[in-house]
Amino acid sequence: MRSKYEVVIGLEVHVQLSTATKIFCGCSTDFGNEPNSQTCPVCLGLPGVLPTLNRQVVENAILAGLATHCDIAPRSIFARKNYFYPDLPKGYQISQFELPICIGGYLDIETEDRGQSRIGITRIHMEEDAGKLIHPETPGASYSLVDLNRACTPLLEVVSEPDMRSADEAVAYLKKLHQTVVFLGVSDGNMEEGSFRCDANVSVRPVGQKEFGTRAELKNINSFRFVKQAIEYEIERQIDVVEGGGTVVQETRLFDSNTGLTRSMRGKEEAHDYRYFPDPDLVPLIISKEWVGQVRERLPELPEAKMERYISDMGLPRQDAEVLSGEKAMAEYFEACVELHGTPKTCANWVMGEITRALNEDSLSIAACPLAPERLTAMLKRIDDKTISGTIAKTVFQEMWTSGKSADEIIEEKGLKQVTDTGAIEKVVDDIIAANPAQAEEYRAGKKKLMGFFVGQVMKASKGKANPQAVNEILKKKLAG
Amino acid sequence: MKITRNEVEYVAGLARLSLQEDEIDALTSDMDAILAYVEKLNELETHDIIPTAHAVPVENAFREDKVRPSLGTAKALQNAPESENGCFRVPKVIE
Repeated sequence: MRSKYEVVIGLEVHVQLSTATKIFCGCSTDFGNEPNSQTCPVCLGLPGVLPTLNRQVVENAILAGLATHCDIAPRSIFARKNYFYPDLPKGYQISQFELPICIGGYLDIETEDRGQSRIGITRIHMEEDAGKLIHPETPGASYSLVDLNRACTPLLEVVSEPDMRSADEAVAYLKKLHQTVVFLGVSDGNMEEGSFRCDANVSVRPVGQKEFGTRAELKNINSFRFVKQAIEYEIERQIDVVEGGGTVVQETRLFDSNTGLTRSMRGKEEAHDYRYFPDPDLVPLIISKEWVGQVRERLPELPEAKMERYISDMGLPRQDAEVLSGEKAMAEYFEACVELHGTPKTCANWVMGEITRALNEDSLSIAACPLAPERLTAMLKRIDDKTISGTIAKTVFQEMWTSGKSADEIIEEKGLKQVTDTGAIEKVVDDIIAANPAQAEEYRAGKKKLMGFFVGQVMKASKGKANPQAVNEILKKKLAG
Repeated sequence: MKITRNEVEYVAGLARLSLQEDEIDALTSDMDAILAYVEKLNELETHDIIPTAHAVPVENAFREDKVRPSLGTAKALQNAPESENGCFRVPKVIE
């Protein structure tokens, strides 16, 4: 029954830009300070003030537009979107309507269920955020509180085409967009603090039908997991409505992350009438080809290009390249290691192996990694010059992770230097063979896999410090004889 | 008539204005007269003219992204009829 329906999803994403100041005034955009401490006559909406556009916001919007293959409008204007709500002190939000700054781009995504898809981006426009409303939990409290620190914070609204056909595609698109704005450095992408928020337009239609079904707009979704949950729930709900002989109503629905359900927002049945008109306080924005060219020069290398470079220039397997290029802080860490050490595959193994494991254990992100690339690669050099073995290196790594000491200090203090002196190793080997005559006999009779047993015994006796190659060679020689 | 009473009531609703019956009548005929007057502009040929968003020929007024002192909480709340915990206090709003 489900397969009779096709799902159509379009997303509107609000990206908070990480500028130092607000979009139209010089107040700081710092998060989490005393309420209303970062306000001024402009963002309080006092009469007689003049908003002035933050140049950095425009540059960030151009960067985002270029990275998502949009055209940059040579002329765009700001508009007033009129509505009353206490978090909006002016009674209108300054946004862009008819002439947004970026038009007609796309992002390419890949999902397991649908393979590669190109998701169209209708437009990207600049606007100001609203303030924060606090509803006191005291029973019977008949008031709300307003904090305007966030009011007038710069946002980009990225509107996609209704090109997604599954919840997984919606998540893949969101992740790609998130990755892009974070790599560009235009946003910190912090979803808990609301720097990356998503509304989803979801509808269903019988397979083969050309017209879209009636859509519901899902609001309040602030994690990738919730996007998937909210959309999947909404698809089921709409199919049930249609199968039950009903019709889907066009409405705004709130996702409740506690129940995993979406519910209709009460009291919003009157259609919005925002009466957009050009904001007379803000003059037209004219962006020359030269300006776009200058911004284009500052486009950093994006994940796809990085991945290709890791494969073709560094010779990494695709899987490694994908993991290492996927997150900005990860790519920076890895590239710093390669720069210092020189062998990409060794660095890749350690970053994806021990570093990732230790970060997970301590619930840290790579941006907060206690082990700087300099310290890690100093240790890798000790493996390269055979001061320590790869096995011992893991012990050294663990000690470095918790102690803040350098690899050399730890090797010195704990006496972890590898034994390459063949005389010393020969003596250990002789002792082990003498202590295990039965196994030695079986080995000589053809049970070659016992080699592993002997190597293990020798390494144990030497506390892991014997050079493994030397151990292998000497064991082979002695057991043969 | 270009404007109906319904439209006046609708626009008043959007603007959160509560109007008396006689005010609605007066505004209906006032707004009707204004629209009739502006209607005259439709006689002009404007096909090839870019819509004017601004009357002053100025473009690209920017500020640099540099923090300037804010008012601070106390001053920001100075004219607020009610406040609490550094916030403006307003009648309860429910989503």
